[in-house]
Amino acid sequence: MRQLRIEDLDDLATGAAVLGTGGGGNPYRGKLMAELAMRETGPVTVLEPDELDDDALVIPVWNIGAPVCSMERIHKGDEGLRALRALEKFLGRQVAAVSPVEVGGSNSTLPLRVAAQTGLPVVDCDGMGRAYPEVHMVTATLFGVPVTPGTVVDAAGNCVYLETADNEEAERLARVVCVQMGGTASMAAFSMSARQLREAMIPGTLRLAQRIGGTIRQARRSHTDPVQATLEITGGLRLFEGKIVDVERRVTRGWAKGHYDVQGKDEVLRVDFQNEFLIARTLAGRVLCTVPDLIAAVDTQTGEPITTENLRYGYRVTVLGIPCDRRWRTPEGIALGGPGHFGYEGSYVPVEERVN
Amino acid sequence: MRIGIDVGGTNTDAVLMDGQRVLAKVKTPTTPDVTSGIATALCQLREDQPGAHVDAVMVGTTHFVNAVLERRDLAPTAAVRLCLPAGQALPPTVDWPDELRVTIGSHAFLAHGGREFDGRPISPLDAAELRDIGRRIGERGIRQVAVTGIFSPVRPDDEEEAARHLLDVLPEADISLSHTIGRMSLLERENATLLNACLRPLARKTIEALTRALKDLELDVPLYLTQNDGTLMSSEYAAAFPVLTFASGPTNSMRGAAFLSGLRDGMVVDIGGTTTDVGALVAGFPREASVFVKIGGVRTNFRMPDVLSLGLGGGSLVSEDGGQVGPRSVAMRLTEEALCFGGKACVATDIAVASGVAEVGTHPVSLPASRIECARQRITAMLEEAIDRMKLISGDVPLILVGGGSILVGSNLKGTAEVVRPEHSEAANAVGAAISQISGEVDRVYELTKRIREDVLDEAKAEAVAKAVSAGARVDTVEVVEVEDVPLSYLPGNATRVRVKAVGNL
Repeated sequence: MRQLRIEDLDDLATGAAVLGTGGGGNPYRGKLMAELAMRETGPVTVLEPDELDDDALVIPVWNIGAPVCSMERIHKGDEGLRALRALEKFLGRQVAAVSPVEVGGSNSTLPLRVAAQTGLPVVDCDGMGRAYPEVHMVTATLFGVPVTPGTVVDAAGNCVYLETADNEEAERLARVVCVQMGGTASMAAFSMSARQLREAMIPGTLRLAQRIGGTIRQARRSHTDPVQATLEITGGLRLFEGKIVDVERRVTRGWAKGHYDVQGKDEVLRVDFQNEFLIARTLAGRVLCTVPDLIAAVDTQTGEPITTENLRYGYRVTVLGIPCDRRWRTPEGIALGGPGHFGYEGSYVPVEERVN
Repeated sequence: MRIGIDVGGTNTDAVLMDGQRVLAKVKTPTTPDVTSGIATALCQLREDQPGAHVDAVMVGTTHFVNAVLERRDLAPTAAVRLCLPAGQALPPTVDWPDELRVTIGSHAFLAHGGREFDGRPISPLDAAELRDIGRRIGERGIRQVAVTGIFSPVRPDDEEEAARHLLDVLPEADISLSHTIGRMSLLERENATLLNACLRPLARKTIEALTRALKDLELDVPLYLTQNDGTLMSSEYAAAFPVLTFASGPTNSMRGAAFLSGLRDGMVVDIGGTTTDVGALVAGFPREASVFVKIGGVRTNFRMPDVLSLGLGGGSLVSEDGGQVGPRSVAMRLTEEALCFGGKACVATDIAVASGVAEVGTHPVSLPASRIECARQRITAMLEEAIDRMKLISGDVPLILVGGGSILVGSNLKGTAEVVRPEHSEAANAVGAAISQISGEVDRVYELTKRIREDVLDEAKAEAVAKAVSAGARVDTVEVVEVEDVPLSYLPGNATRVRVKAVGNL
């Protein structure tokens, strides 16, 4: 058990932005929202997964939608809380703790806000070790935990209860609801016992995000290369360096979809995204990295991670490839979170094998 | 020939340039009314070069950003956000420093309105609600209003309609609309709009005075102000958008430093009367800040040079023991209040005079040796720390030292390979203003049904370049610096709003 304080949020948000691979919601806003709640109620208690009783009920909470929507359409502020309470009521059981489902981006900090609002502890784990654009793309799906029953809540006061045939259907229906709610909404779902959680989720990812953020901060302070420091702590690889020369981005069916092109010394790298960066390949067709491995774009000089909504013509970026959690590298993991899921041909090859 | 003027917090510098040559330069104290200082500078230039034919006057000023940094001359301002029921979690000015929030007052009003990403209303705009807000703003004696609607860069209608309702009940108000100022990202756009709004009375006063000064001197030439990115805007435009001048000081000094020194890479330290700016030159241009820039502690999403500003300049007050220099400054009252001008305040310039490295002012200055030594060490330490923070590599780099306050430092600074003081360096800002660039912009909605996006972007880029050239930019220097397209999914035909900016040298 440990306490997470307002002073810890900066490092957490920076690290979460690296793990967010461009998506996961804007980390700055998420951080501010957690901070405002914590200013009123104090630090949040963070539990390790094995500190909970086997039967304790854990409910993950997160935001879904397109990053550009969450950046413009700031929330009312109680969406996550209402989603949690509605699901609790539906289940007829009291929740023992909340958890992140996605450590990448602002979904690392939304559970902290809800924890501060409720006084509940947060479990240090998530179901991705990164960010993914779809509701069911969570390690818990690989271990048979159903997404639903779940709730989707918006600013206007709407709450939609979902009970679906399977996890893919949950994604399909939640997405339609989210688009109608303005392209950004809060969810509570994937409720599970602590026993299930210990098997189905990735432990320690909040701490990992904090460590990544702390490493970048220290590298900047000591004038060592923050990009190199990021690579060392994540086990990542430098894929490409250059200037952004094109960004195409549109909100399609509730996601920010598009690509950006980076002009390097003698070739152009194109990175496709659906909220998160999916595949990095040269215009000549050489693939450098694909999901489920993490692709991050960072400012070449400061190491600041750049999210899809902030990509801009002219930025000097370094594109990094970071090996994903081992749970994604099983055949089931690749089927759910690999390139084929997003319609890309060719089989998944781990980034370290592609680059070396 | 062009006249470049830099109005700093302490001094007004002016240069007369003929092409690439500096023909004359003058330095005179900035006056509280700004006008007389500029008039003095212009008169001196005319005396120096009586026959000069002037084509344009270009003014760069840190006047407005200094007002924000020093929290002075800022008008009380109301924030109206069109968002309800969304948008309540992070209210206006949520991430501002407290003392700045207090200066402009906490006048935040959340109203119905705003749009979804696809242009649908979040909730209908409520005329009665807005008129009520307008009346409450009026009762508080506030005349500056910043209106920010969710997704206004996609669909500005609500902001425009809200402005009409507010003006109905507040006819004398200045309304700043966020879609005319910032880009996508609500908080940063709202912040920039609020900063713009609170500066408009000061901007109007300053620019009216400037125009009058030119008229009094019978200089019937176009008056431009320089923008953040080193390009020019008309004085009328600048009066409504003072926020666009925020980074023009450092941009001008860095571009001026590159021009005067001939160096293309290195650090630039510009020591003025009130502040010191530290930045980096990369390939002859100021290094841009990535993603977000904080101004006076407020996060904005302008494209700006990455600059660290210190409250250190020739007019910075020196404490009794010399251990503290700045951030408080006598600013434009240097020639009345500094010891070397017979005043009573000990400022950084007095330290340079007392230690014998500079001759400034009308009176001799004698100070205890310990105070001089202590203050000199403090100034050096402040600069070295700033240089160290702005450097991205740990080795020693060349440093270009410019600005009138460069007399405050010696030539040995930790972390620098050499200290270059180019000719005319004390007027680098004014030189930077005189060599400002010309821009061409395209901001238009295109339909993509029958055309591919690449085609449309290429066309827009070519048009922006052509506009820059026809506005006077040299064709071989024109470069596209900004390309942005915002898909407008509420319009039929796969429409997209394309913005392109191209800039080049005169």
